[in-house]
Amino acid sequence: MLETVLHIAFLIVSVAMFLSFYRLIIGPDAIDRVLALDTLYINSIAILILYGIYETSSLYFEVALLISIMGFVGTIALSKFLLRGDIIE
Amino acid sequence: MDIMLFSLPIVVLLPFFGAIVVALASIANRIYAAWSAIGITVLSIACLSPLAARVFDGETIIQSWAWIERAGLFFAFRLDGLSMFFALLILGIGFLVILYGRYYLSSKDHMGRFFAYILMFMGSMLGVVLSENVILLVIFWELTSLTSFLLISFWQHKNEAREGARMSLGVTAAGGLALLGGVLILGHIVGSYELSEILKSGDIVREHPLYLTTLILILIGAFAKSAQFPFHFWLPHAMAAPTPVSAYLHSATMVKAGIFLLARLFPVLSGTQEWLWIVGGIGMTTLLIGAYTAMFKTDLKGLLAYSTVSHLGLITALLGFGSKLAVVAALFHIMNHAAFKAALFMIAGAVDHETGTRDTRKLGGLIKYMPITAILAFITSAAMAGVPMLNGFLSKEMFLTESLAVSEGLLWASIVPILATIGSILAVAYSIKFVKEVFLGEASKDIPKIPHETPYGMLVPIGIFATICIAVGLFPAFMVGDLLGIVVASSLQATLPKYELALWHGVNLPLMMSMTALIVGAVVYASRTRLYRLHQRYIESINAKQYYDMLIDELFALSIYISRKFDKGSLQHASVWVIVSSIALGTIGFCMIEAPLIGDRSMLDLDLVTLLMGVGLIFVSLIMIVIHRQRIVSLVVVGFVGLAISLGFVKFSAPDLALTQLSVEIVTIILLLLALYFIPKNTPIEHNKKRIYRDIFISLLSGAGITAFTMAILTRDFSSISNFFLEQSVPGGGGTNVVNVILVDFRGFDTLGEISVLAIAGLGIFAMLKGMRLPEYTKNCSGLSWSDDPHPMIMSTLSRVLFPLMLMFAVFIFMRGHNLPGGGFIAGLIASIAITVQYLANGISWTQARLKANMHMMIGFGLLIATLAGIGSMFVGYPFLTSTVGHFDLPIVGNIHVASAIAFDLGVFLVVVGVTLMILVGIGKLGAVAESKSLDNKEIEEGA
Repeated sequence: MLETVLHIAFLIVSVAMFLSFYRLIIGPDAIDRVLALDTLYINSIAILILYGIYETSSLYFEVALLISIMGFVGTIALSKFLLRGDIIE
Repeated sequence: MDIMLFSLPIVVLLPFFGAIVVALASIANRIYAAWSAIGITVLSIACLSPLAARVFDGETIIQSWAWIERAGLFFAFRLDGLSMFFALLILGIGFLVILYGRYYLSSKDHMGRFFAYILMFMGSMLGVVLSENVILLVIFWELTSLTSFLLISFWQHKNEAREGARMSLGVTAAGGLALLGGVLILGHIVGSYELSEILKSGDIVREHPLYLTTLILILIGAFAKSAQFPFHFWLPHAMAAPTPVSAYLHSATMVKAGIFLLARLFPVLSGTQEWLWIVGGIGMTTLLIGAYTAMFKTDLKGLLAYSTVSHLGLITALLGFGSKLAVVAALFHIMNHAAFKAALFMIAGAVDHETGTRDTRKLGGLIKYMPITAILAFITSAAMAGVPMLNGFLSKEMFLTESLAVSEGLLWASIVPILATIGSILAVAYSIKFVKEVFLGEASKDIPKIPHETPYGMLVPIGIFATICIAVGLFPAFMVGDLLGIVVASSLQATLPKYELALWHGVNLPLMMSMTALIVGAVVYASRTRLYRLHQRYIESINAKQYYDMLIDELFALSIYISRKFDKGSLQHASVWVIVSSIALGTIGFCMIEAPLIGDRSMLDLDLVTLLMGVGLIFVSLIMIVIHRQRIVSLVVVGFVGLAISLGFVKFSAPDLALTQLSVEIVTIILLLLALYFIPKNTPIEHNKKRIYRDIFISLLSGAGITAFTMAILTRDFSSISNFFLEQSVPGGGGTNVVNVILVDFRGFDTLGEISVLAIAGLGIFAMLKGMRLPEYTKNCSGLSWSDDPHPMIMSTLSRVLFPLMLMFAVFIFMRGHNLPGGGFIAGLIASIAITVQYLANGISWTQARLKANMHMMIGFGLLIATLAGIGSMFVGYPFLTSTVGHFDLPIVGNIHVASAIAFDLGVFLVVVGVTLMILVGIGKLGAVAESKSLDNKEIEEGA
C-alpha cells in the first residue's frame, strides 16, 4: 500500500519538478526564473523526504531540513538584487 | 623530570614566549614592556648558566629530540665553548641594549612591539648559535632575517626604514637560500645533519667532488649575513633602524652570525687553497673597502656601519688565513669588537637623542655639554683605532702578526701585511674623525636641540662596555683567557695552539706596524680635505645600491614580461593556458603507458532517475551557453545546477557532500550577487570569430579528455586508501563519520593548513577591499529604477524569527559531526548564512549594532583554538592532532559523545564563520560607500 502511494507521490513531485524546470528555462522574466528555482528547492524537499521514507533512512532528512531552512536565502538574495541591486546595505 | 635535560631548548624558546608576555605587558603600561623584556633575558641567562661550569670543563652538551627523522631533521641543541660564548654575547648585549632602549625610545614609539621584536630576534639568534642540527640552524637563520626585517622597519612611517628593511631582507634571505643548499649538500656528503658528525668528517668533505659547490654556497650565506663584499651594501642602509637595533643586530650579534658559521664549520671547510683564497681574499677586500668608505661618511651611524663592515672583513680574513693562531685572533677580535662597537653605536644614538642630528658637519664641541659621554667615546673609539692598553689593540696586534705569518716564504703574499697596515691606518683615521668632529672642535651650529648630558639609564650600558674595553686591554689573560681557551678549542675541534695573551710582547714588527698605523692615521686625518676632494671626484658615484636596485628592477620587469605574455591580465587567457597544458600533459601521460582506455570492470545498469538527471544537466549546460550573456539569468540556472548536483550526492549516498554543496551554493549565490551589483549585467558580445572557434575547439577537447579520464578510472577495479580510513575510523579516530574523522584527525594537519590559507585569503580580501571606491548602477537589469524600501517588513520579521532556528541547526550539525554527516565546516557555513540573512533583511547598521563580534578576532581565535587542540594531544603523549574520545551525561540533552577533535572542529567553525562574513559583509559595505558617495555627488550638483 505504502509502496504504491510512494510511487504516485514520486510521479507527482517529478511532474512538478519538470514544470518548474520548464519555467526556469523559458522564463520569460528573471522573476519567473527566481520563482522557478524556489519551487524547485521546495520540490527537492518533498523528493528527499519521500526518498527517505522509501529507503527507511533518516539520513536524508537533514539534507531536507537544510534546504527548508536555507533554500529561501538564495531566493530572497535574488529578489533583493532585482529590487534594490545592493543586497547587503 | 630533570629540567637540566631540556634547558637548551628553553633558553632558545623562552624569548619567543617572552615576546608574547612583553606585548601583553605593554598594554598595561609601556614601561612594563621594558622591564619584562629584561626579566625574560635574565631568566634565559639563568637557564644557561648552570651549564657553563660543565662547558668550562671541556664538555659538549647535546640535547636532542627527533622532529622529522627521515628528513634528518632533529630538534637538537648543542652547547660547547663557541656556542656558549655567542649565547652569552647575545644575552649579555641584549640585556644592555634593552636597558638602553628603555630610555632611548620616545613616548611616541610603541615599546611593546619593539621589545617583542627584540626578544624574538634574540630567540632566533640563540637558535642559530645553539643548534646541533644544521637544518634547524638554517631555520633559525631565516628567522633572524625575518625578525631583523621587522626591527629595521620599526619606524614604518619612514621611507628609508622600509627600503632598508626590504633590502636587508632581500640580501640576507637570498643568502639564506644559498646556505640551505650548501647545508643540504654538506649533510648529503657526511650522511648526517648533526654538527657532531659533520665536525668529525672534515677530510671526507674536503676530498669530495662537491666540496667547492658546498663551500661557495655556504660562504654566500655567511657573507650575505655578515655584510662581506660584494653583499656589504645592505648594512649601511639598515642603519635606518632605531639605534638600539643597530647596536644589537648590526654590530654585536646578527652580522656576526656569518662569522659564527665560518668559525663553526672551520674544522670541516678550512685548510684548502680555495678556502684561503676566497675567505681570505674577500675578508681583506671588505676590510679595505669598509675602512676607506667609513672615512668619508658624514652620518655617524653610516661611519660606524662601514667601520663594522671593515672589522667583519678583518675577522673573516683571519679565519681565511686558516692557521690555528689566526682563529684565536679572530675569536678574540669578535669579543673586542662587540664591546667597543656596541658602545659606539649607543654613543651615536645618545648624540642623536640629545642633539637631534647625527651629521658630523653640524656637530662639534659636545664635550662641553656631555662630558661623560665624551670620555666614554674617547675610550671606545681609541679601542676601535687600536690604541695600546685597550682591547682593540691586542686583537689588532694578533691580526698583524698573522698577516705576517701568512706572507712568510711567499713573495706575492707580502702584500697582505701592507694591506693590513693600510686598513689599520684608515681605522685610526675614522676613529679620530668620530671623536674629533663630534666632541671636540667648534661648537655645534644649527642643531635641532640644545644638548644635555645623556640620561644615566643610557650611560650605564655604555660605561659597562667601556670598562670591559679597558679591563680586557690591561689584563687580557685574567679577563678572558679561560673563555677564549674553550671557545677556540670548540671552534677548532682540536687542541689549543700555544699563544699568550699579554699587553707587552716586546718590540717587534707587529708593534712597529701598529705604531705606524697610529701616526700615519693621524696624518691621513689631518690631510683629509684633499682626500675628500679626490674621493668626491672619482669614487663617490660608485654605489652598490644602484646595482642592487637595477637588479631588482630587472627582475620585476622580467616577471611582468612573462606574466603579460602568458595571461595578458585576463582570466580567459590564463584558463586557456591551464586547460591546454593539462590536455597536452594528460595526452602525453596516456601515450607513455600501454594500457587500454576502458578497463574491464562491468558497467552498472542505467536507472531512470540517473538518466533524467544526466540528460537534465547536459541540457542545462547547453542552455547556459545560449543565455550566458544575461548574467543574472545564468546565476539562477547555476543555482539549479548546484541543487541538482546535491540531489545527485544524496542519490549516491554522500549526504555529507550534499550538505556541503548546498551551503556552498547559497554562499556562492550571495557572493556573486554582491559582485554583480558593481559590474555590467550583461557580458559584452565577442566579435572575434577566430577566437570563438578556437575556444569551442578547446572546450570540446577538454570535455572529451575529462570524459575519457573518468571512464578510464570508473571502469577499473582499484583499491584506494579509503578502506584503511573506513576500518580505522572508529578505533583510531573515535568517530563513525569517516569524512569528519579524516578531516579532524587523520589528515588534521592538512585541515589546519587549509584553514590557515582560508584565513590568509580572507584577510587579503579584506585588505584589498579596504578603501575601495566603485561606481554604482542606478537601474536594474530590466531597466527599472530601484525599489524605495530597503528592508521590507515581512522579510525582516521572518528572518529574525528564523535566526535562532538556523543557529540551532548549525549547533546540531556541529555537535554530531564526528559520528554522522556534519562537522565544523558545514556548521560554519550554516551559521554564517544565518548571520548573512540578518544583514540581507535588516541592513548592515542594524545587524552590526547587535552583533558586536570582531571578525578578525574570531578568525584569530579559531586558528589559535585549532592549533592548541593539536598541541594538546602532544602533552598527553600522542602525535600532533590526535584525538581522544569521551562520553558525558548532561541533563535533558542526554549522553553526549565528545572527542577532543571537537575543539579542533570549533577552530574550523570559527575561521569559516569569520572569513565568510568578513568577505560578504566587506563587499556589501562597498555598496554603502558607493551609495553615500553618489549621494554626495547629487548634493553637490544640487548645491551648484
